[in-house]
Amino acid sequence: MKKVYLDHGATTPMRAEVIDEMVKIYREEAGNPSSVHQFGRSARKVLEEARMKVAEIIGAEPKEIIFTGSGTESDNIAILGTARLKAKQGKGKHIITSSVEHHAVSDTCKMLMKEGFDVTFLPVDADGLVSVESVKQALREDTILVTIMHANNEVGTVQPIAEIGSLLKGHPAVFHTDAVQTVGKLPVNVNELGVDLLSISAHKIYGPKGVGVLYIKKGQRVESLMYGGGQERKIRPSTENLAGIIGMAKAMELAKNELEAESTRLQVLRDRLIKELLETIPETKLNGHPTKRLPHNANISFEYIEGESLILSLDMKGIAVSSGSACTSGSLDPSHVLMAMGLTHQTAHGSLRMTLGKSTTDEDIDYVVAELKTVVQRLREMSPVWDQRAKV
Amino acid sequence: MYTEKVMDHFTNPRNVGELPDADAVGEVGNMKCGDIMKLYLKISDDGVIEDVKFKTFGCGAAIATSSMSTELIKGKTVEECLKLTNKAIAEALDGLPPVKMHCSVLAEEALKAALLDYKNKTGKDIDISEEDLKGDDHDHHEDCDHED
Repeated sequence: MKKVYLDHGATTPMRAEVIDEMVKIYREEAGNPSSVHQFGRSARKVLEEARMKVAEIIGAEPKEIIFTGSGTESDNIAILGTARLKAKQGKGKHIITSSVEHHAVSDTCKMLMKEGFDVTFLPVDADGLVSVESVKQALREDTILVTIMHANNEVGTVQPIAEIGSLLKGHPAVFHTDAVQTVGKLPVNVNELGVDLLSISAHKIYGPKGVGVLYIKKGQRVESLMYGGGQERKIRPSTENLAGIIGMAKAMELAKNELEAESTRLQVLRDRLIKELLETIPETKLNGHPTKRLPHNANISFEYIEGESLILSLDMKGIAVSSGSACTSGSLDPSHVLMAMGLTHQTAHGSLRMTLGKSTTDEDIDYVVAELKTVVQRLREMSPVWDQRAKV
Repeated sequence: MYTEKVMDHFTNPRNVGELPDADAVGEVGNMKCGDIMKLYLKISDDGVIEDVKFKTFGCGAAIATSSMSTELIKGKTVEECLKLTNKAIAEALDGLPPVKMHCSVLAEEALKAALLDYKNKTGKDIDISEEDLKGDDHDHHEDCDHED
């Protein structure tokens, strides 16, 4: 059976070049980067070279790069670390975020609400966009943190981060963006975006799972969530995952070098997928912004059927997709992102996220379109809601 | 996540469709929770389920429990159907993930709704009432609180 993986938004397979680099580290660098002997010094040298590489790719300085265990961890350190420090300093307890953030951000903000912080969840428009004006209106003297994702993991809408960064110049609020979905797919330069903190995850760009980056602008401070050694400027104490970090740096380097060509290639495939699905299957709707969207993301609602049934049916045809974020697949509630965009429960329940990647070909798109037509028809024939719609 | 039996009933659901001359129809669920089940029954004069069809909007478990419940009730008497529980439906599928147990509740309720419809249409003395469809489980479902 043909296999088509269209769930690159959940995770990506590691590239051979990345694995090779990591194997080399596993074989050759046995030392702890914190050790003073030659084994440790050698590991430290490799670690700092990776830090320089990562920094250069996002327009930062090496000292501004903190290696973490994941994008979620980066988000947590950024948000909790900033909020708690600013509150202790008496700067305020107001945080601004959006209603379409990944749970790594939204749940962290909700946790802070239990600690007495005041969080404003900004609405989005029907395309999932946060308006710069809404950020401006929500800003207060006691706003200590603004955290808005660079692009949405479910519907792919790219937020106006650079514009929000410009707006925040002159305001003491710290600006964080979760760039887990954009690094490697869109140009990401911390200075051009005007952010103070930025989260990255390696496994979304063909790197290893369990490695992340938190960019912390020079002069910014965050409180550590962990205590132990002095690694990563004491912000993330733990012996560094050296091979993982080297793998991440390699993955970021490859992604940056190929970004323009690969983004263009994926965009062409994605647009064809969207066009053919919307044209050939009735009662379908594209979710997310039509143009301000990630080059590899197609999120479509198929009315009158339910997402999990779609996923299972496609899986039997060898096609891997997701409905909303993979992290919410255990939930029964419709995606909070789609609901925030104003979709009805029915439309939100029938959503499918297809995220293309390096392995995706024209033949894959043909296969997915053909199989989806069959699967959607089968499920609709089984749906009492489809009947009711037909009888209206 | 799902047993082989669940996947079998999801892939090859039994008794899908409608019965235009159904003696009873039951529909439960709501769009907010993401699953709706509609059950059609053809019942003989002596109270035996002669034919049954279903239509379901919902997840894999919703489709599988609908399908399995039709298998379990076909050929049974109305009285026997009244004793069918959601747990029996789930067990017949070799189990459901805890988060999906509400689907079996919905399948049981669809059957009860159909039997109530039959009682209301025929006036026959069947041990079921509106209250049987508005128990705690149903209320939970209305709220999308799927912890049953």
